[in-house]
Amino acid sequence: MSLPRNACEIRAAVAARDVSAVEVCREALDRITRLDPTLHAFLHVDEKGALERAAQLDRRPPAGRGGGAPGLDRAPLLGVPVALKDNICTAAMPTTAGSRVLEHYVPPYSATVVERLEHAGAVIIGKTNCDEFAMGSSTEHSAFGPSRNPWDTGRTPGGSSGGSAVAVAADMVPLALGSETGGSIRQPAALCGVLGLKPTYGRVSRYGLIAFASSLDQIGPFARSAKDMAALFGIIAGRDPRDATSAADAVPDYTKALTGDGDISGLRVGVPRELLQDGVEPGVRDAFDAALRELQGAGATLTDIRLPHASLAIPVYYLVANAEASSNLARYDGVRYGTRADASTLSDLYYRTRARLGAEVKRRIMIGTFVLSAGYYDAYYVKAQQVRALIRKDYEEAFARVDVVALPTSPTVAFKLGERTADPLKMYLSDVFTAAANLAGLPAISIPCGLTRETLPVGLQLTGRPFDEATLLRAADALERRFVTPRPDVDSL
Amino acid sequence: MSMAETFTRADIERIARLARLELTPDEVTLFAGQLTAILGYADQVRQVDTSGVEAAALPASGSIGSREDEPGPSLDRDVVMSQAPAADRAAGLFKVPRVLGS
Repeated sequence: MSLPRNACEIRAAVAARDVSAVEVCREALDRITRLDPTLHAFLHVDEKGALERAAQLDRRPPAGRGGGAPGLDRAPLLGVPVALKDNICTAAMPTTAGSRVLEHYVPPYSATVVERLEHAGAVIIGKTNCDEFAMGSSTEHSAFGPSRNPWDTGRTPGGSSGGSAVAVAADMVPLALGSETGGSIRQPAALCGVLGLKPTYGRVSRYGLIAFASSLDQIGPFARSAKDMAALFGIIAGRDPRDATSAADAVPDYTKALTGDGDISGLRVGVPRELLQDGVEPGVRDAFDAALRELQGAGATLTDIRLPHASLAIPVYYLVANAEASSNLARYDGVRYGTRADASTLSDLYYRTRARLGAEVKRRIMIGTFVLSAGYYDAYYVKAQQVRALIRKDYEEAFARVDVVALPTSPTVAFKLGERTADPLKMYLSDVFTAAANLAGLPAISIPCGLTRETLPVGLQLTGRPFDEATLLRAADALERRFVTPRPDVDSL
Repeated sequence: MSMAETFTRADIERIARLARLELTPDEVTLFAGQLTAILGYADQVRQVDTSGVEAAALPASGSIGSREDEPGPSLDRDVVMSQAPAADRAAGLFKVPRVLGS
């Protein structure tokens, strides 16, 4: 028999002992071996560890017998292969965040999300490629070379969590985790044709996530179906005593929140049409309009709304995020961990070790250092935080009238490798529709909504109220019943 | 009307020193142009009327609160020190090159 492909099917088949976790794991490893030389989704594949873990799961005592953890058969991700973005710490694997500064670094502990995945019976397959310290929108700023889009290998998968998006889109794994600061899950999800969710700020523990911008960063899931995403999200969501910024709000049963029949009657969708004026490619616009019609077809109502300050999200984002990054990345000094350059004085040690940072990381540290420096702090940083408050207020007012806000996830389809690397500002504008949700701390999802004429995927973005990921997953579930979602033809690669 | 900054090579070198970044002469030239463009783009933020608006620090987000300041379990010191490029684990010290005379 052919092996199940989606997480929930894999879990059911492994639990019923129809297939073994080892068979599923080998299939994932085989696909990675075959496809990754072309796609470069992974920075590290833990073949030995994954197979050992799978074999250990296969040796679990029969249901109802004593011995191991009670009810491993009921573990929500039993035997499911999962990939992790390489800025999520794993005690058993290298964690580089795509940087030379952390080359060969193996953390002394695993992130809380990793412990939760292991407890849920998942098999961690490896670590995925990303822009260095998650700073980028294409994975081209990875120190270890770019990932490639499975729909067209001459194009980027987006970023910064591009490797995780590719791994799920090319069916190397059914599930992956990424991280977001300004769109780094949703944008690659859109460009690769998979689901990507940026949770509410505080919904998922960041213990063990390598920090970029601490008032914006969140870990979130990639999947190919709403049901799979709901299963994964329910595991990683929730309060963690080791992350003081994780929220204690109750975690609902996201799987139960799915529609069951694709009916989202009563859902009020707000469309901020004035944001769609410039720069949205016609193919993206057409797919977006079609997605709105499908939402209506599933029972939703559309309302025009205004978000007067949302057009300022990118400049605000690049002031706030880079200020925080310049502070967070001061830790890479060659003293306590990571690589160290040869130097005869402490001062030289700092300069020479940090010379190993890539150009984009240096550029952002420079911007952040400037906006926090004496004489400019109020004019740039405080001002940006004030406008951030206005952006948040725009959404609060919108949510008095609608339940979700709809926009294209990205104004363009996947762009060609090298197309934006010479012009940082052009690269930054990749996040024009995504950064506002991070600034406002809101949950937002990218849902595949068809292909353009050149056979490249487009994502619909829905942004919801704080802690209302369930509504976003419901809408994703409804849409996936109305769109035939084709997969990229990776077997011809 | 614009208050945008223009970054000279000297400005870039000053900021790089604050951040302990060693830049090549080419990077100094490149960043002078790029920071001028990027901060120029960000200048639209400075034009917004924000009188009476309180600066947002963290996104308001559910029940995130502080905890009692009580010591709890932490990472094992030996394990942490084993990550250091140079350390005296017995003494519990990280080793660095000389600090003075730089």
